[in-house]
Amino acid sequence: MKDVSVFTPAGRLLSSGLVSAVYRRRRLMDLLMTGLAGLAVLVAVVPLFSILISVAIRGLSALNLDFFTKMPVPIGETGGGVLNAIVGSGILVGLGTLIGLPIGLLSAIYLAEYGRGRLADTIRLFTEVMSGVPSIVVGIFAYAIVVRPLHHFSALAGGVALGILMIPVVTRTAEEMIRMVPQSLREAGLALGLPRWRVTVSIVLPSAASGIVTGAMLAVARIAGETAPLLFTALNNAFFSTSLLRPIASLPVQIYTYATSPYEELHRIAWGAVFVLVMMVLITNLLTRLAVRSGYEMKR
Amino acid sequence: MSVSGSESALWRGRSVPSFRETAASNTRGVVPTRDEIAVELAVARARTAVVPALTTYDLRAYYGSTEILHGVNLAFPYRQVTAIIGPSGCGKSTLLRCLNRMHELTPGASVKGRVLLGNQDIYAPDVDPVALRRKIGMVFQRPNPFPTMSIFDNVAAALRWHRVVRRHELADRVEQALRMAALWDEVKDRLHENALGLSGGQQQRLCIARALAIEPEILLMDEPASALDPISTGHIEELIVQLRSRYTVLIVTHNMQQAARISDYTAFMLMGELIEFSPTATLFTNPSDSRTEAYVTGRFG
Repeated sequence: MKDVSVFTPAGRLLSSGLVSAVYRRRRLMDLLMTGLAGLAVLVAVVPLFSILISVAIRGLSALNLDFFTKMPVPIGETGGGVLNAIVGSGILVGLGTLIGLPIGLLSAIYLAEYGRGRLADTIRLFTEVMSGVPSIVVGIFAYAIVVRPLHHFSALAGGVALGILMIPVVTRTAEEMIRMVPQSLREAGLALGLPRWRVTVSIVLPSAASGIVTGAMLAVARIAGETAPLLFTALNNAFFSTSLLRPIASLPVQIYTYATSPYEELHRIAWGAVFVLVMMVLITNLLTRLAVRSGYEMKR
Repeated sequence: MSVSGSESALWRGRSVPSFRETAASNTRGVVPTRDEIAVELAVARARTAVVPALTTYDLRAYYGSTEILHGVNLAFPYRQVTAIIGPSGCGKSTLLRCLNRMHELTPGASVKGRVLLGNQDIYAPDVDPVALRRKIGMVFQRPNPFPTMSIFDNVAAALRWHRVVRRHELADRVEQALRMAALWDEVKDRLHENALGLSGGQQQRLCIARALAIEPEILLMDEPASALDPISTGHIEELIVQLRSRYTVLIVTHNMQQAARISDYTAFMLMGELIEFSPTATLFTNPSDSRTEAYVTGRFG
């Protein structure tokens, strides 16, 4: 190959400076940092998969049709299921969502769309504080306002406790999502002569829907696994019950009771219940996401 | 189209810039009484046979305590295209947003002075800004179609919400609006696809169709073509010229060639003040203010 050395008027080689130690060092640093970031991801993901895998291995072996359709059997007998706890958890989480979601969503709409000045700042501060309150304290609160007046533990009290826990989670994520809707869309609606509420309901909320749903799902996932606030609100129930005014069984409390018992058979069922709980959260999550997405698709 | 075209040509030939005079007669900054306004309107009509659709008297706009508009007196002629030009930050967009009461929606923003739509002060206490915005439509700088809706629904939404048409007439009205915005042929086969699938220029025409669907009296356009490529800009400009036969159009633009091409009148603003308002040809070829001349010849701004 012919050597083409071109010199600049100053006498420097035209191609000088293209290959340098500085560049090599930067490239190495880039590689190192990318590697570190990847490692951090790995560290974060390992516990998650470790949990999922051990739950799947130990939980799946306890599962059979009876597990979902039968009631618990006395100690010493084999078989039986946790039907009462599955139904109970469904009722408690449903009730909690029924209470927490509307209140949380409406607060978020107020904070994001209308709230100005001191009142809004105060509400926002309290929402922050509330999301940091330990769940057992919320349980005590529900005990005071529902269990005490009614003189007995009830599914209603558990639902109230879970609902209160849900409010700040929903409010914070939904407010964030509503704020992310560009101002230009609100202006477009207002410029068409739409009243404020109409713009919020028909333009802003649909635009923020997928984010709001994700936030709501996170909140549902959080309350589905709560144990502490249920201990002195919904308590537990060895029998099948759908009454809101009686104590009710739930998966987390059942898991807690079984796991702390000395019997191997109960430990096995507890693992099964853990698996069911995780799956319930996962499946609701997936279904809602799918529903939101297909809602978009239909309009496309 | 040809009628109004020759009309304005005739107008320019007469060289009686009476709107400027109407506005100029009011620069003392005193808010006139109803009677005075009525007299001025009558005079304006008699002189020009062109009626002002919107008139501002000593219009001042504020962000917090900062005054953005320092008393603007201006009469926008009915069913004509008026361009508002001026360097960035001169208050063009603020002026536009004062005319459909969008300015006051910004936290801390306020407005003083009077704006008459016909003979009604739109800042009178009993005027409903929501109802006003139905009469004065607006198109923004960046296309902002509703992202969760189809092309059809973007146009139909306001019609449905305002319940202006019966269900079976809805499709006709949507088609009519899309045709008026010169978009129908491009989208008729995919009306139910998401509006975000359109190109930027198409999205902007969709926004124009959306604004036209509820048949406003006046259309405010805030740099409607500045985010678009030359071809899309051409489409929008053609459209604006055609809209003149049915609407009063006010367009803010940075592009002086555009103002010269499409407008009948031009207002030149500088640092929150109206410097000159004339028929477009006059403003660009024979401006009466030295600052206007400097700006339109490109010596500053």
